[in-house]
Amino acid sequence: MATPENAEIMVVADKVTCLFDVSAPLLNRLIERQPRRTLRAVDGVSFEVKRGTTVSLVGESGCGKSTMARLLVGLHRPTSGEIRFPGEGGRPRVQMIFQDPYASLNPRWRVRDIIAEPIRTLNLRSGEDATRDRVDELLVLVGLSPRDGEKYPHEFSGGQRQRISIARALATEAEFLVCDEPTSALDVSVQAQILNLMRKLQQELGLTYVFISHNLSVVRHMSDRVAVMYLGRIVEEGEANAIFANPQHPYTKLLIDTIPNLEDPNRDRKPLGGEVPSPINPPPGCAFNPRCGLATDRCWKERPELMRQSDGQNVACFVADTRIPFEETVLVSEEV
Amino acid sequence: MMLTASSGHKGLPSMPAVSRTPVLSVRNVGVEFPTRHGLLTATEGVSFDIAPGEILGMVGESGAGKSLTGMSVIGLLEPPGRLSAGEIWLESERIDTLSLRERQRVRGRKIGAIFQDPLTSLHPLFTVGKQLCETIRYHLGLDKKAARARALELLNQVGIPGAEQRIDHYPHQFSGGMRQRVVIALALAAGPSLIIADEPTTALDVSVQAQITALLKQLCRENGTAILLVTHDMGVIAETADRVAVMYAGRVVEIGPALDVIQRPRHPYTQGLMNSIPSLKIRAEALNQIDGSMPRLDSMPQGCAFHPRCSFAGPRCAKQRPPLAAVGENMSAACWLHQGGVNGDA
Repeated sequence: MATPENAEIMVVADKVTCLFDVSAPLLNRLIERQPRRTLRAVDGVSFEVKRGTTVSLVGESGCGKSTMARLLVGLHRPTSGEIRFPGEGGRPRVQMIFQDPYASLNPRWRVRDIIAEPIRTLNLRSGEDATRDRVDELLVLVGLSPRDGEKYPHEFSGGQRQRISIARALATEAEFLVCDEPTSALDVSVQAQILNLMRKLQQELGLTYVFISHNLSVVRHMSDRVAVMYLGRIVEEGEANAIFANPQHPYTKLLIDTIPNLEDPNRDRKPLGGEVPSPINPPPGCAFNPRCGLATDRCWKERPELMRQSDGQNVACFVADTRIPFEETVLVSEEV
Repeated sequence: MMLTASSGHKGLPSMPAVSRTPVLSVRNVGVEFPTRHGLLTATEGVSFDIAPGEILGMVGESGAGKSLTGMSVIGLLEPPGRLSAGEIWLESERIDTLSLRERQRVRGRKIGAIFQDPLTSLHPLFTVGKQLCETIRYHLGLDKKAARARALELLNQVGIPGAEQRIDHYPHQFSGGMRQRVVIALALAAGPSLIIADEPTTALDVSVQAQITALLKQLCRENGTAILLVTHDMGVIAETADRVAVMYAGRVVEIGPALDVIQRPRHPYTQGLMNSIPSLKIRAEALNQIDGSMPRLDSMPQGCAFHPRCSFAGPRCAKQRPPLAAVGENMSAACWLHQGGVNGDA
């Protein structure tokens, strides 16, 4: 899918930071003299999503991708920075698709009622007949049959439940879907069904997705642009094809290298050491420096900012060269 | 490496003779669950061998019976689940008929186990050193000092930095990857000849997954330990396993050398499974999907369990269940396509 050059911008995250207070309880702080501690879940993250495209946030656990998802739908408020919806008509209808299709559907409700709830609450159809027709239409749209509306969630498999979640999200006439690991709980053959459905719906309805995943091959399949996150910050951002063909940041390279290649598996892999450090107590300078083979003294003292490179990718790394500050390039693209 | 799954056991076509005595030999094993609505057959006719130092991957989707097969080997089937048929041989000793007490001797001593979630495999209130020492002393009968030395040696072997300090830490003080290393050390404690690893990397981050699979492979090579690696992740299989058995609806549908099964699968289900994995190299417009889902235990179709989803299915597939039979030199597949066609009627 080619990104339309002058497509309307759906959402802008502008230096979004989200801190969580993880201090010990007050009494412990007083008696044991423990300091207040904060966790920087998301730290100065900026990106934008054009209408009708998919931007993916990838990273390992603790990198802040799920917090970012919750910030985008408004379940958390940013500590600083802001999330803007610059389009005409103000804030679009935003919906979220969750990872676990077993936990996100009410087990005591019939599927018809689950999908009809947003329609009734938001008064999108007048009268029960119109609501019923709309629910049938949505069920068919996501590949179920109108008869399935009378069943309860436990009668469906994981993949079918995820279809119900998608139908419920679309019932609000949402234009912007934030999908937090929507296929991680599914088997691969079912995952393919759901990914195909999501791509089809995007093309038919012009939906905008922010797709959160740790699975790089799924991200590759779904995205127009990709932002790689590490310990709350974006370390590399750019067009999906470019990032996968030519990763710049050492962390992105590590992630792409560790994915087993089924056509040509690397059976004598020498794995890189290290794990993601705790976001409560991140290392100084560039947070990736303890695991990085290229780290210099500067990486321990200074934190690299996200900078645009000559080939259009944005990378936060001192080792990558030919850099222009990211902020300037954003301004240029807004004038166009 | 061993040649095929079902070497020379009756009921299945005979295979080329095996070159070495297998560590584990599973013969025609089935697992069933008695319920109020009758007997549910969860797995049936599962047969395979694992040679010393070999890693056999077992893949399949959730509910295919791959974990149950692993559990029946260790003897940890959760009641009311029980073995309905078959034999399990470990180093020429039949282990499925042992008494509970004898089983405990085999478990841990001869078979180590690694499960998906390292946090639930470790006791949260004891230091990892204490847990290791307990296992070592129970199975090897060493004294306290020797057991601690052995525990340290194990922690070093699985690559835990600063093992001298870390041995006195509690499980919650370790990160996910390090915890899984401790669990591997526990599984290795008594020097078992077989390790059952049930989704050992699923709960870990991608960069740590590679570390754990490399460690398993290295230990397997160094100690000659056989590993039954149960996973749903084809990538892990491609990089780790020597041979792979693909399970569908409680049966092995294909078994053979890992790279052959992954790159030239013979069974339509394996082909569909491989095609539905998104590629890192090429971005396809749409993924190949297998429509439908695996049948439930209480509504198994007649004939081949895959035929309702199979695009090659013919009249024979709906009537007769295909046996696992040799296809080419090293592979076996349970599909009529390779056994006289889907139209015939035997």
